[in-house]
Amino acid sequence: MTAHLPILQVIIPLMAAPICLILKRAKLVWLFSLIVSVLAFSVSVLLLQQVMTSGVISYELGGWQAPWGIEYRIDKLNAFVLLIITSISTLVLIAAQASIEKEIPKDKHTLFYVLFLLSLTGMLGIVATGDAFNVFVFLEISSLSAYALIALGKNRRALWASYQYLIMGTIGATFILIGIGLMYQMTGTLNMQDLSQRLPEVAATRTVFVAFAFVTVGLCLKLALFPLHLWLPNAYAFAPSIVTAFFAATATKVAIYLLIRFTFSVFGLSFSFTTIPLQTVFMALGLIGIFVASSTAIYQNNIKHVFAYSSISQIGYMIIGFSLSSVTGLTSTLLHLFNHALMKSAIFLALAAIMFRVGNVQLDNFRGLGRQMPLTMAAIVVGGLSLIGVPLTVGFVSKWYLLTALLEQGWWPIAALVLLASILAVVYVWRIVEVAYFKEPLPDRAPVKEAPLIFLVPIWILVIANVYFGIDTRFSVQVAESAAQSLFGVSL
Amino acid sequence: MKDLFAVIMLSGIYGLLSASFFVAMDAVDVAFTEAAVGAGISTLLMLVVITMTGRKEKPTRHKPISALFVVIITGGLLIYGTLDMPYFGAADAPIHNHTSPRYINDSMQEIGIPNIVTSVLASYRAFDTFGEVVVIFTAGIGVLAMLSVARRKEDEDDEIASINDSMHQQHLVIRIVAKMLIPFILLFALYVQFHGDFGPGGGFQAGVIFAAAIILYAMLFGLATARRVINQTFIQLIAAIGVLLYGCVGLVSLMNGGNFFDYNVLSSDPIAGQHLGILIIEWGVGCTVASVMVIIFFNFAGRRQFQSLKKQTKHTESSK
Repeated sequence: MTAHLPILQVIIPLMAAPICLILKRAKLVWLFSLIVSVLAFSVSVLLLQQVMTSGVISYELGGWQAPWGIEYRIDKLNAFVLLIITSISTLVLIAAQASIEKEIPKDKHTLFYVLFLLSLTGMLGIVATGDAFNVFVFLEISSLSAYALIALGKNRRALWASYQYLIMGTIGATFILIGIGLMYQMTGTLNMQDLSQRLPEVAATRTVFVAFAFVTVGLCLKLALFPLHLWLPNAYAFAPSIVTAFFAATATKVAIYLLIRFTFSVFGLSFSFTTIPLQTVFMALGLIGIFVASSTAIYQNNIKHVFAYSSISQIGYMIIGFSLSSVTGLTSTLLHLFNHALMKSAIFLALAAIMFRVGNVQLDNFRGLGRQMPLTMAAIVVGGLSLIGVPLTVGFVSKWYLLTALLEQGWWPIAALVLLASILAVVYVWRIVEVAYFKEPLPDRAPVKEAPLIFLVPIWILVIANVYFGIDTRFSVQVAESAAQSLFGVSL
Repeated sequence: MKDLFAVIMLSGIYGLLSASFFVAMDAVDVAFTEAAVGAGISTLLMLVVITMTGRKEKPTRHKPISALFVVIITGGLLIYGTLDMPYFGAADAPIHNHTSPRYINDSMQEIGIPNIVTSVLASYRAFDTFGEVVVIFTAGIGVLAMLSVARRKEDEDDEIASINDSMHQQHLVIRIVAKMLIPFILLFALYVQFHGDFGPGGGFQAGVIFAAAIILYAMLFGLATARRVINQTFIQLIAAIGVLLYGCVGLVSLMNGGNFFDYNVLSSDPIAGQHLGILIIEWGVGCTVASVMVIIFFNFAGRRQFQSLKKQTKHTESSK
């Protein structure tokens, strides 16, 4: 069965989704989805192991050879991303049952799990495949389910947020499709490996240039790069908390993965970074994004908004690392994919717990939570420290690699600005800490108890991971570094 | 344009025109799908929506200049991109020389069905088609998650039925003509379903046509009557089974020692295996597409009746 691992990765959650619809009973469906997610997680662990020891795995769907049929191609890069997605989805699902009880009407619980699994399927499919059109198909699955999941939010503004996301996301997906269509026209193939071999012949044509432009802009919409980020804050803030925790850690990461895949593996390093000034553009947008989003985060009163804006600024860090087009730069981006998923899912799960107990996440309601929900608040603090990049947390590790990469190429002014931006993170994290620990609770709010264990277990697994991978960086750095090296190996 | 009805009609016409365009380019399968989906069912669904939202767009003062700017840039870029494209139908274009020759020359021996389009989408690239089916399934679930109204009480159900009866009594001629037509539409859907191997057609188109027959029935005989024939739970089950059926073909090929969706191992004779695989997956496609279309229509229309009912009760309350 190990030969079929790549397809099982995607097909297990896929087949589970319609089965959930048939099972119907919400509790049963929850348990079933959790088991499915654990299975998917184990598959991804096995895949990563296999890739690290024996190299790229290629799987021919339908038994048809690559450019004619569809190929699944697992290398270090996507095995790593698969692991991030499945581990987060498993941890988030543990808490899902309790969390949606308060946030989603009862008759929609089953549909929630169906959509959750479909969205998981979509992301895994995007990452696992080695076929450009197949990417688009699974992109549609993941986006459609994402729109529906966000619209399930309790607040009616969730509908509007979801609609905005739908419009922006559809434009993004259409752009990507146009790009893929143009590439197909110029090469006659949809397989990524095959594309990368056939594109250089026609690289000088305007059509390929336009294809690259459309794919890049479409992906930037999907990954919420400043100034195309406007859909993200409301979508994250008004979605059901559990959905936010899942998407904040995975959805934009998948888009960044695709950006790396298309620029490095499909178009090739030299084409991507020479035809348009990608480096300058991305570095500038990344930097502006960090500053604008972090300073906006400071003025938000809905804590989900604060961390949604913080996500946009963190995307800026990843894009800067990416724009350096060096092994260290890419390593820092990949590391930050992993590390940011750990911090944000910990923080948003903790917010889900507060939502469960308090009913909303307005800053005023955080007064006194430091004493009333000590474990949950502590998790937010650790996550916040990690966002700032304090030593002994994962945030420090990825910032360290980013700074090394910047200094390596002599970009010291940018490095200074990146450090300066961390201070902004200190400000928005401190605001929450101050209210939670040093202010008396509001008189009209009934005192709340600590979150139930079903929240605390996944939250603290993530918190411990935040610290563990901040100290013992062997696993994450080794995988990220070898993935980055292999990407450069392909194109050089 | 502010009149939404006109916008929808124009988009339907656009769908029909592009379908004829595709016919002119000899892409009959695509044309068939476009005619059934773009011109047919999506126009219908949008019409159901404007019965809820009203016919006129809300007047806004804001002028979308920046949007125009973006559209112009995008359009300009697209035209710029066409400059270096190979000419339409040029024999030396890359698309005709790389993957296509094998599809055209060998698909008859490898898969054994005359319609090359069907062999590409149901066998060579079966996984993409599976993905499309899941996309449709997701859309159906999404509509359910957002629109499905909590189960109404019995008496309200009766009330809806009575409204329907008075409303539909008038359309006697249409009802009788529809009664005669519906069996033929269903039969045609089945023909398209099974004929996909030999001519244009297949599960997608068949599913949409099948759904169209049911929707026609629901429009003329009332939603409640249609729901009595096909209830929500049943139709959800069919949608799920469609996806499962498709996926199980892949799982069976895994069990038989092949790769996922390798139809050759389904039977001792590879060609027979291919036939069997394509037949079953087309059924899966048809089931899911038809039931999702019906789900979408039922939920939109049900929502509308729910709204009008609420308005009515409000009205009677205020008059009291």
